[in-house]
Amino acid sequence: MEYFLQQLINGITLGSIYGLIAIGYTMVYGIIGMINFAHGDIFMVSSFIALIVITALGLTVSTGLGLTILALILVLVTSMVIASVFGWTTERLAYRPLRGSFRLAPLITAIGISIVLQNYIQITQGARVKPLQPLIENGYTLMTRADGFTVQLSNMQILIITVTIILMTIFSLIIAKTSLGRAQRACEQDRKMASLLGINVDRTISMTFVMGAALAAVAGLMFLLYYGVIDFFIGFVAGVKAFTAAVLGGIGSLPGAMLGGLVIGLIETFWSAYFSIEYKDVAAFSMLAIVLIFLPQGLLGKPEVEKV
Amino acid sequence: MTDTANGAPRPGRHLDFGKVAKDLVVTALIATAIFGSTIAFRTVSAAGGLRLEVRYDIAFYVIAAVIVGRLLLWLFFWSKPAGTSAVEVPAGIKSGMAKVSAKVGKGFGPTMLIFALVFPFLPFTDRYLLDLSILILTYVMLGWGLNIVVGLAGLLDLGYVAFYAIGAYSYALLAQYFGFSFWMCLPLAGILAAFWGIILGFPVLRLRGDYLAIVTLAFGEIIRIVLLNWYQFTGGPDGLSGIPRPSFFGLPFTRREGGFSDFFGLDYSSFHRIVFMYFLILALALLTNFVTNRLRRLPIGRAWEALREDEIACRSLGLNTASVKLTAFAIGGMFAGFAGSFFATRQGFISPESFTFIESALILAIVVLGGMGSQVGVVIASIAMIGGFEIFREAEQFRMLIFGLAMVVIMIWRPRGLISTRIPSIFLREKKAVSADMVAQGEGH
Repeated sequence: MEYFLQQLINGITLGSIYGLIAIGYTMVYGIIGMINFAHGDIFMVSSFIALIVITALGLTVSTGLGLTILALILVLVTSMVIASVFGWTTERLAYRPLRGSFRLAPLITAIGISIVLQNYIQITQGARVKPLQPLIENGYTLMTRADGFTVQLSNMQILIITVTIILMTIFSLIIAKTSLGRAQRACEQDRKMASLLGINVDRTISMTFVMGAALAAVAGLMFLLYYGVIDFFIGFVAGVKAFTAAVLGGIGSLPGAMLGGLVIGLIETFWSAYFSIEYKDVAAFSMLAIVLIFLPQGLLGKPEVEKV
Repeated sequence: MTDTANGAPRPGRHLDFGKVAKDLVVTALIATAIFGSTIAFRTVSAAGGLRLEVRYDIAFYVIAAVIVGRLLLWLFFWSKPAGTSAVEVPAGIKSGMAKVSAKVGKGFGPTMLIFALVFPFLPFTDRYLLDLSILILTYVMLGWGLNIVVGLAGLLDLGYVAFYAIGAYSYALLAQYFGFSFWMCLPLAGILAAFWGIILGFPVLRLRGDYLAIVTLAFGEIIRIVLLNWYQFTGGPDGLSGIPRPSFFGLPFTRREGGFSDFFGLDYSSFHRIVFMYFLILALALLTNFVTNRLRRLPIGRAWEALREDEIACRSLGLNTASVKLTAFAIGGMFAGFAGSFFATRQGFISPESFTFIESALILAIVVLGGMGSQVGVVIASIAMIGGFEIFREAEQFRMLIFGLAMVVIMIWRPRGLISTRIPSIFLREKKAVSADMVAQGEGH
């Protein structure tokens, strides 16, 4: 029971990170119907930027908690802004010229951009794994079992879950209430009609990439703080799993992406805890196949009507 | 970076300096954000944590290069009035060019074939070139195999490398555990890969488009992870080594008596084996091409293309889409299996490292860049990609970067692939090439 509870906490933390990345996939897929393969690599780039800013600020564990949190907000904003620029630029250079072209063309350029970003970071930042000493320590002991096993909720986990909830709320509100969000939903339903009604479709799509990249940057910082090691290859695995999460939750649906992220995070954590850590990715991917076979529209997606 | 395509047409060469200046400022800001963050600063390990290494000079040069490049683009490309850009060619010339390229296209295949047949005996051919062409031919074969799945049947497969891996491991394991020879394993590897194609095909029958793509990607990753972790059976990350080499009708390529050179009374040379390998992969690739071209004319091939164009119409006409899809996966997988066992025997060593997603992406890129459904296109794209990859061998760490950039640039330049005409498999009276725009491709029904 205690062990289960601990794994539940770990799973939710991991799931939050996946969920944040998955939103970028689901928004882009919803609006232009392409798998943005480079999204996982934007996440990777953003975690490197976060690491650079943290190192530049000279943050260590001995910095006071209040100061650390202030500094982390600065780190977060910087990496969100720079990641957005990366997201915007990839859309502008690699996807926009191919709009209206056939479906596979932007997929290939996305794979190309993914290769470029990975190797760019490998060249400029080095191929070695980058370690970061934990910045936020301590936590709360929730339960202690007779044999001394304790259920821990670390401050880091609280931070990740809180930040995820706050940002999810903000972004859901942007999509539900602002004119940008309305434009995005209109483009998602019918791009041609939206442009006839005076919506700048190109700009709306660019903003979608910017929002996705900003959320990926949040995930990038959280990943860096939680695991403490990053390398230039983390984007691929995290990206594939986040896309799995987006599909699982029902592509195009924001709450679906978050739910899918949580499910993937939980499956992965429980599988590693109870079965084998080597095959955790196999479990996540098999889950994807199973869900798609029995529930092709995902958990919260709308069923797709096939028209002639 | 304002959108130049929407700019109002202006007569003659004209530059709006205010617009250009604004664009350059925006470019400078973006370049600073991108390169200023990641080139100017680099984290390096130091005592007690990380240290920041500062390289403002390199970042400055890169940013300056981007701005100058953008300015040159404005001066030489975007200053022309709309409608006369280099891309737009008058319709008369266009159709003339299509005719010429159709003529050239007719002769191109046989010429390439003859060249490929005499290539090992040409005076300038050395071991390095031969090795490179074996590699290119392997990708040609894989490209042709994937073309069946993506180009003909329109099923987007991002995990094609899984079948390649299955073929390679089938041969390596059968040889290791049962001592089977290459020639016994080749058909077995093909059958096993085809079998796995069907196993994968069953669950994804109902999936469409990108869902199919992501499940096939997941399948490719699952196979790789299993190969990586099943240590007792597959050797895990250490891989399998000492895979036996193929023999020439029972004659091994060794110095000893009874070997190939001894039998034919030649001086022993390691070159013989390489030439043999070359012809082996050439024969396998040509077999793939031959089978594909024949299948296209059979009912099953037409069913694939019909499925690609419209799945609902297919079903309403009474085609069993399940079996059509499964045969596409099985036959595509089979050729990858053949290629895989060839890869294993050529390398003599295999490990899961060789079967990563990037390999699938490379094969798909070859198919798409060549022009999906076009057999000649695959050859040209393989030569361009693998050959180009070799040219930049000097630039070691920049190689993949250039490779990725090339993928993006070529795709933007020719979204329909290098060969953008298709020959229909069935026609009335006369064979006519149609534009690739008329063909649904990889829409993934």
